[in-house]
Amino acid sequence: MTWINDIVQGITLGGFYGLLACGLALMFGLMRIINLAHGDIAVLGAYLVFLLLEHWHVSPFIGILPVLPVMLLLGYLLQRTMLERSLRSGLLVPLLTTFGLSIVIQNLLEQGFSPDVRSLGENAGSIATSSWQITSKLSISTIGALTLGVAIVIFGSLQWFLSRTQPGRQMRATAQDPDTAELVGIDSRAVYGWATAIAVAIAAVAGMFLAIRSTFFPYAGPDNLIFAFEAVVIGGLGSSLWGALLGGIVLGVAQTIGGQINPEYSILAGHLVFLLVLASPRGGLLTLGAGGIARVRSARGVSA
Amino acid sequence: MSAAAGPVEAPRAAVQRWTRVSAGFSSGFLGVIALMALVPVALGGNTVQEMTTLLTFVLMAVMWNALAGYGGLVSVGLQAYIGLGAYATVWLASHSVSPYLAMVIATLFCGAVSVPLSFLVLRFRGAQFAIGTWVVAEAIGIYVSFDSSLGAGTGTSLTQLDAYSQGPRENYTYWMTLGMTVFFVGALFVLLRSRLGSSLQAIRDDEEAAASVGVRVVAGKRVLFILAGLGCGAAGAMTLANILFIEPTSIFSVNYSAYMIFMVLVGGLGTFEGPIIGAIIFYVIQNQFSSNGTWYLVALGATAIAFALFLPRGLWGELEARTGIRFMPLGYRLRASKAPPLRDGAGGGAGP
Repeated sequence: MTWINDIVQGITLGGFYGLLACGLALMFGLMRIINLAHGDIAVLGAYLVFLLLEHWHVSPFIGILPVLPVMLLLGYLLQRTMLERSLRSGLLVPLLTTFGLSIVIQNLLEQGFSPDVRSLGENAGSIATSSWQITSKLSISTIGALTLGVAIVIFGSLQWFLSRTQPGRQMRATAQDPDTAELVGIDSRAVYGWATAIAVAIAAVAGMFLAIRSTFFPYAGPDNLIFAFEAVVIGGLGSSLWGALLGGIVLGVAQTIGGQINPEYSILAGHLVFLLVLASPRGGLLTLGAGGIARVRSARGVSA
Repeated sequence: MSAAAGPVEAPRAAVQRWTRVSAGFSSGFLGVIALMALVPVALGGNTVQEMTTLLTFVLMAVMWNALAGYGGLVSVGLQAYIGLGAYATVWLASHSVSPYLAMVIATLFCGAVSVPLSFLVLRFRGAQFAIGTWVVAEAIGIYVSFDSSLGAGTGTSLTQLDAYSQGPRENYTYWMTLGMTVFFVGALFVLLRSRLGSSLQAIRDDEEAAASVGVRVVAGKRVLFILAGLGCGAAGAMTLANILFIEPTSIFSVNYSAYMIFMVLVGGLGTFEGPIIGAIIFYVIQNQFSSNGTWYLVALGATAIAFALFLPRGLWGELEARTGIRFMPLGYRLRASKAPPLRDGAGGGAGP
C-alpha cells in the first residue's frame, strides 16, 4: 500500500515537473532552442509573486495574475533581443547566451532579494498543508492535486491552441519552415516571440507552485532546469507536448520511490532514470510519437 | 572564383605550414614556458600559488575549447572530471599512494571514466549533450557526497601533503601544474596538426559535410571527449593540491563550466591561443573584481552573452581575422609564387 501511496505522490510531483518542463518543450519543439535560463526564469516568476505579496496580502494564486502579463512581455523581449540573434548564429550560440543569462538572473536575484531561502507556503493558507485522506495509508495533498490539475489544464489548452487556433497553426507552420511561412504572410519573428512569451509565462506559473510546495532561493534555477530538461527528454524531447508531462510524471515517481528507499537517493534516482532513458536505443519514451508540436524539422537552414 | 575559360596555367603554389611569424611565435611560446618554470625560483611565495591557479584556468579553458571549439560539443558538465580528479587523488592518497603520484593516477582514472561515458553522451548534440553531461556531473557529485570515507558532504582535505613543508610543497604543485598544462596543451597541438586534426576542424565547420566526405565524426569527437576528461581530471587534481580542501558542492560546481565558457568566449572559441588569452583575462578580472560579489558575476554573464552575440570569434579570433596572421602553425597555407587565382586554403585566409 505504501507503494501505491508513493506512486500517487510521485504522480502529483510529476505534475509540477511537467509544468516546469512545458515551456522548455514548447521552445525546443518550435525553435530547437533549449533555454538554459528556464529554471532561473521560473524562480524569477516566484520572486515577482513574492514581491507582490509583500505589499498586497492576497493568495499567491491571485498574485500570479498580474505577474503573467509581465512575464509574457519579458519573454517576448527575450526572444526579440537575444534569442533571435542567437538562433541566426548556429546551434551553439543559444546555449552560450542562455547560460550567460542564467548567471545574470541568479545574481541579480541575489542582489535584489538577498540569498535567503523563502517560501510562499504560508501565504497560500490551508491549500499548502491540507490533504485528502483516502485510506489510512493513502493520502493526496491538495496542492499536489491542484498542481497536477493546473498542469493538465495548461497542457490541454496549449495543445488546443497549437492545433485548433489560427495563431497556433502559424506557430506550427513557422516551426516547420520559417521561410515558407514568411512567404504566406506570417511574421515568423513575431510568432517566435509569442512562443517564447508563452513559455516564459508558464515557467512563472511553475515557479509559483515551486514557491508554494517548497522553497526557493536565487540559485534554485539550475536544479529546476535539470528536472525540467529530464522530464522533456524522458518524454521524447519535444516530439510531443504531452510527452513532457508524462516525462515529468516518470521523473516524479522515480524520485519518490528513490526517496522511499533512502531520502538521500531521491534526486539521484531521478538522474539515473534519465540516464537510463538516454542510454536506451530510442532515447526517449515518446520519441517520434504521433502528432507532435510540429513535425520534426528535417533540415534547418535550407535557405541559409 | 576562377571564371577563366580554357586551359589555365596552374598557379605555382607551395603548401606551407610554418611561416616566419608562426615560427617566431612558437619559439616565443616555448621561451615563455621555460621562463615560467623559473617562477618559483625567481618570485616565490604567494605568486607561486597564484600562478598555479592561473595554470589550472588555462588547462580548463583549453580543454573546454577542445570540445566546443573543435568538436562542436558545448559541455556544461566538465566539472564531473574536475571533481573526480580531486576526489580520486584524495582516495588514492588515503590508500598510501604518494600524493603527487596519486594526482597522475587520478588523471588517468578520469580518462578511463570518460571512455564509457562517451558512448552514453556522444549520441547527442547541442542541448542534449550539454545537459546530459551536466546531469552526469550532478549524479557523480551526489554519489561522492554519500561516501563518508571521502568526507561526505562536508568535504575533505589532502592531509598527506602536510608531509612537505609549505614552500617546497607549493613549488612542487606549481611545477606539476605547469607540466600537466604544457603536456595537455601540447597534446592538443599535436592532435590538431595530425590527420585527425584536419578532420576535427572539418567537424567544427560543418558536421554533415565532414561526414559526407568520409570523416569519422564520432571517432574524432570521442578523442576530444577523452582528452577533455583527462585534462579536466588533471585540473581537478591540481586544484586540490593548490587549495588543499574540497567539498562536493564546490568542486562539482557548475560554476566551473560558467568560467570555462567565459574564458573561451572572450579569448576565442575554436582558436588555439584564444582560451589561453581568455584564461589570463579571466584571472585578472577575478583578482580585481571578485570581491564585488554578485555584481561581478552579473558582469561576467553579461560579457559572455555580449561576446557570443557580437564577437563570436572572441578577441583572438578577431585579431587573426583582421590581420590574417596565424601565430601557431596549425593549418596549411598556400603561398603563391604568382598572383591569383587563390582560394581560401585550409587554415589560412588569403594573405594580403
